[in-house]
Amino acid sequence: MTSVKKDPVLVVLQLSGGNDAVNTVVPFGDPHYVDNRPSVRVPEEQALKLTDFVGLNPNMAPMKRLYDEGKLAVIQGVGYPNPNRSHFRSMDIWHTCEPETQGTEGWLGRTIRDIDPNKDNVLTGVNFGRGLPRALAAPGVPVASVGNLDTYGVLTGIDGEDQREEALDVFSRIYSPTIGRSAVVDYLSQTGMDALKGADILSAAPEVYTSSVEYGSDVVAQYMKNIAQVHLAGFGTRVMYTTAPYNSFDTHAGEMQAHAKLWGETSKAVADFYDDLKEHDASDEVILLVFTEFGRRVHDNGSGTDHGSGGVAFVVGEKINGGLYGEYPSLAPDKLLEGDLHFNNDFRSIYSTLLENWMGLDAQPIINGNFEKFAFI
Amino acid sequence: MAGNEIDLMAHLMRRAGFGATYQQLEGLASNGYEETVEDLLNPDGHPEVETDLLERYFVDWKELNALEVNQSYLTYLWINTKRPLQEKMTLFWHGIFCTGNSKCEHGRMIQLQLDMFRRDGMGSFQELLLGLSRDPSMVFYLDNCMSHNGAINENWGRELLELFSMGVGMDGQANYSEDDVKEAARAFTGWTITNAIPRYPYGRYDSHFIFNPYDHDEEEKTFLGETGKFNGEDIVSIIAKQPATARFIARHLYNFFVADDVQVPAWQNTPPQDPELISMLENEYFRSGFDLRSVLRVLFNSESFKNARFAKVKSPTEVVVGTMRLVQDFTSPKIGLHQLASNIRYMGQDLMNPPTVEGWHTGREWIDSGTLVERINFTADRLGDINLPGVKAIVDRLTSEGVATPDQFVRRCLDMLGGYELPEETYTQLIDHVQKAGVLNPGSKEYSERVGQMLQLIVSTQEYQFA
Repeated sequence: MTSVKKDPVLVVLQLSGGNDAVNTVVPFGDPHYVDNRPSVRVPEEQALKLTDFVGLNPNMAPMKRLYDEGKLAVIQGVGYPNPNRSHFRSMDIWHTCEPETQGTEGWLGRTIRDIDPNKDNVLTGVNFGRGLPRALAAPGVPVASVGNLDTYGVLTGIDGEDQREEALDVFSRIYSPTIGRSAVVDYLSQTGMDALKGADILSAAPEVYTSSVEYGSDVVAQYMKNIAQVHLAGFGTRVMYTTAPYNSFDTHAGEMQAHAKLWGETSKAVADFYDDLKEHDASDEVILLVFTEFGRRVHDNGSGTDHGSGGVAFVVGEKINGGLYGEYPSLAPDKLLEGDLHFNNDFRSIYSTLLENWMGLDAQPIINGNFEKFAFI
Repeated sequence: MAGNEIDLMAHLMRRAGFGATYQQLEGLASNGYEETVEDLLNPDGHPEVETDLLERYFVDWKELNALEVNQSYLTYLWINTKRPLQEKMTLFWHGIFCTGNSKCEHGRMIQLQLDMFRRDGMGSFQELLLGLSRDPSMVFYLDNCMSHNGAINENWGRELLELFSMGVGMDGQANYSEDDVKEAARAFTGWTITNAIPRYPYGRYDSHFIFNPYDHDEEEKTFLGETGKFNGEDIVSIIAKQPATARFIARHLYNFFVADDVQVPAWQNTPPQDPELISMLENEYFRSGFDLRSVLRVLFNSESFKNARFAKVKSPTEVVVGTMRLVQDFTSPKIGLHQLASNIRYMGQDLMNPPTVEGWHTGREWIDSGTLVERINFTADRLGDINLPGVKAIVDRLTSEGVATPDQFVRRCLDMLGGYELPEETYTQLIDHVQKAGVLNPGSKEYSERVGQMLQLIVSTQEYQFA
């Protein structure tokens, strides 16, 4: 039996709010951990040990399994110079790779443009959720944004097949590219046309999908399922994105309870996604990046943790060389940066590795610079 | 009545309210523009929406706990209010002073915060900001109840400056330092709540603001260049008099009421697109002693505002509520309100649960292929339903006018929706569509259906996505 090599696919899961890296990959071997976390601490005996120094949060058993199978790379101490502790600014920096100026073009928007410069496929990039994250935004780059995969379509409420056909015909002519109108109208026109094309294709995805994997009912799990459905339907989609909503990882207070629930759900969704692809013999076609905009203050505030800098990211896939990457930043007081973990690894190194070693693209113009690559692929 | 007066009134009511029917616009236009602005600014003479009957109909409104219930309540209020600007200002402040249900999990407490916006949203900005600082759901949302003397939590101190009053910077300069954030946080220590908000483990109960003098940092602070043993009131009064605050409010009002501007994080380095109007609003802010009603009066009566028709992409709330006011549906309680309200969320605006404390990004950022599909489908479904009173009124109006030529037919449908204008090529497409379907016979059943179909096509255009 011959197998056709499929094009590599990149999936990104954004954990909004600033995930507490220190309680995700727990440095129980660093004596400063206990000192800094009198109230918001994972006890050493509960951590799912990766080495005799660090372990995963106890609610991350499904991801621990992936780690043990060598399919999970943990990137420690991720950040960028002059860390910004505003959610929005920091997320923008991750999205645009522009730490100095306010960028509007996203790194994945540029990636999609590189993959499909002639816009041959309106589904080269697909976002799942409400509103397009800036990471996927680039002028003239179509990205389908799907709130609900099951009911996606234009003018679906018009009764009568003939009338809907006629209305869609007028719609497509009205939305055809024109000149001499405002930038926002041009944007609307392009978006409308892309939606029309994309909806037709996407509506088939849930129909052809079957799986024994039972995803959770939380938002992330449902969208990870949708991502698997769209990949398995074979529309040629190369970049997919979804977001853990509501800034839920912003655990200023009540962190022990909230963080446990978040990682319980997220960790299961990540492993279910991998297992689903594996069941369909497609786990070698997809790599998943899980990131957050920043880590949190090393010292807890009694109930939670405030905005910090150095964070942790995960990369998952059949083709991943699993393991720990990047040194864990020291928690020693003299090694901290304004009370935060010092980043050891620029996030653009992760992007660079994914873009060049996985997607086969030139990373430099996409991430605005050259950054040392990791060996996880 | 000259058409352009009605068109201007349609513009005012879309921005200072949630839109109006053609018949309502005719009435308002005959009252006069400035008179209508005054009436909007001083709504006390108009009755509030009655909810006692509704609480019997929707029994879960009594508690106002779940997010969906609160969203239905707001949607109903906004469809039926006779005080549209007061409600629009409630939405305005909600989009800036964000509190999210994802954390609070107690809708009623957030609804009480919106009640404060409704009450004080057109009064003194200083009083409003002070009210916000003492609002239990805000104290909880930004963790000021977790900020203690000697162990500050900076969340409230930072967002108060960055997102609620001054912004990170203007004219290329930073407006405050990291030290100002910490000093503000120190001044607000002891500003806390009784009865913590999360419902675990004892269920939901109301919380109240209290000042705990034993947990307040009494020492000297230096904030924005002033030094003293500041408490939270002092911080708010220092903030209110900053030029950066006047600029921040002026730009927010501009972006919400006049024309889409760049997003807030870009304000530090992007000058206002209408510096003259911004400066008028800033001056009025100081002249009136931080009085928002006075600033709004200057805004709505300015030529810049009057000339800014269709310079804004409608927000999801404006799409849904505006559509319902136009078609005159849900003017009394009935089944389906929860489902109706959830359309606002599907279009990207989860009321009382913004994506981040920054609120919703506006303008073209409301639009992506997903949300565009949602808004087109929602609006077309309603305007195509010729049994809805507002659509029926449009049909009756066109019938009584004997509108029978394709050109006039398209033109009058555009008028009825609020004076919309289409580019030549779109207009031609619509006229062709009418011509192809045959002769128009006002009064026939088929005529009604064709009005509905034309309205559906118009609301699907790019131009109709603007307010």
